[in-house]
Amino acid sequence: MPDYSEKVMDHFTNPRNIGEIGEADGTGEVGNPVCGDMMKFTIKVKDNRIEDVKYLTFGCGAAIAVSSMVSEMAKGKTLEEALQITNKQVAEELGGLPGNKMHCSNLGADALHKAIEDYMEKHGTKSASVS
Amino acid sequence: MKTINLDYSAASPLDKAVLEKMAPFFTEHYGNPSSGHSLGEIPRKAIVEAREQIGLLIGAEARDIILTASASESNNLAIKGLLAGGKKKGNHIISSAIEHFSILNQLKTLQKQGFKVTLLPVDSYGLVDPEDLRKAINEETSIISIQAANPEIGTVQPLEELAAVARESEVIFHTDATAAAGWLPLDVNKTGVDMLTLAGDQFFGPKGSASLFVRRGIRLAPQVEGGIQERGLRAGTENVPAIVGLGEAARLARETLAERSAKIAIVRDELKEKLLSEVPHLHLNGHPEKRLPRNLNISVEFVEGEALLMRLNMAGIMVSSGSSCTSQALKSSHVLAAIGLTPELAQGSLLFTLSSENNVDDIPYITEKLGSVAALLRNMSPLYHQFLKEAQINA
Ligand code: FES
Repeated sequence: MPDYSEKVMDHFTNPRNIGEIGEADGTGEVGNPVCGDMMKFTIKVKDNRIEDVKYLTFGCGAAIAVSSMVSEMAKGKTLEEALQITNKQVAEELGGLPGNKMHCSNLGADALHKAIEDYMEKHGTKSASVS
Repeated sequence: MKTINLDYSAASPLDKAVLEKMAPFFTEHYGNPSSGHSLGEIPRKAIVEAREQIGLLIGAEARDIILTASASESNNLAIKGLLAGGKKKGNHIISSAIEHFSILNQLKTLQKQGFKVTLLPVDSYGLVDPEDLRKAINEETSIISIQAANPEIGTVQPLEELAAVARESEVIFHTDATAAAGWLPLDVNKTGVDMLTLAGDQFFGPKGSASLFVRRGIRLAPQVEGGIQERGLRAGTENVPAIVGLGEAARLARETLAERSAKIAIVRDELKEKLLSEVPHLHLNGHPEKRLPRNLNISVEFVEGEALLMRLNMAGIMVSSGSSCTSQALKSSHVLAAIGLTPELAQGSLLFTLSSENNVDDIPYITEKLGSVAALLRNMSPLYHQFLKEAQINA
């Protein structure tokens, strides 16, 4: 077992916001090309803010902690703010990740961003800055 | 909290009798076996005795046992040593897709040096087909190396048949018996293998103790050059306590092998039955019967192994996994891939290796915990949610 920080263990043991929003405004799914794991984020948007966010994760301890942390960080933020969340920030918020687990932090922010983009596309608000 | 170790192939405690036998060689009998004076005498004799015991475990004579410090070292000495040792038929090597990395990685190196390597496939249980071996042999084949049993999925190979095929074509046959030695009866003459690797830490001997049986007449080139220890095949002052420990562990294994293996197999079978009947969506990996007595390998569908392992650890249960996320290299088990397991099932694989410490009383607790941990992780698994949706549509 890798040496995980206390924060990682906390989020792994008590993951927040698990699940899938029934009639989600946006859905983002990503697979981890490194290890084959996957993550799915669903969001509910109100007044340009992420009112609710849930996720499902098939992955290691770090991946589960990452998804939980991302959901906490994203909740209540405006879409623009949430799009600014980076993988690095997520890892930092978790008190760091072991070197060979950094790739797991990519999943979280990527899946969230995809969910936001999905929402923007559906609502025709996809901005040029979002790829 | 109670802890239940189910990962004994990773590491096992020394048998107390082994430790007792080793202890004086750290202090009292610290002499160098190569010394001309009397301090070397007792260590020297102790090595002779240990070598005999190791031989007896596999039906070999003491003088055909080369002592090493790990199974990996033995495997390297067997293959690289033979190919560098002079008499060889040609540049072709045959092995299997599910060997240990101490075989596979040296084969990669040898390939770069110009050797041709054939890795035989295995069936969905992990068995090598002797017919495949027969077809793979050609004029150039110098050595065949196929493990006796797989440490991960537990599958036991038809060693006698495979060795017989090698013999027909007069090709040297090495077997990595690291997982099998001490647990299955092995006889180098009955099975007709030419070289055999074993390691003491797999049957309650010390870590860093291993050996290679080399049939007389086979010439190897040393892989560690220096002094004339081990007939010049492996230089370096002997690690006398470890060798003594290996000898004693071999003696104990030989004397109690049948009983020890049978007892553990009973606990393992009960654990298997309970888990498969009470926890939904489990998948047995490896052969249902032809497997190591202490080995159980199960895939938990829809979840990933490291998360399982961590959750079970929190409940005091220690296991290991073939998931890519648990490996330093982030690659999932080549063994599970070779038996055709889907990547998802390989991710959820759990390896249990038992010892005499495990008993049936713990099985209800293990079953309950695996059940609840699996349910908890499935609840957050996109694969499981997908499965439920599809099941609903089909219903
Ligand atoms: S998600 Fe596979 S290693 Fe983290």
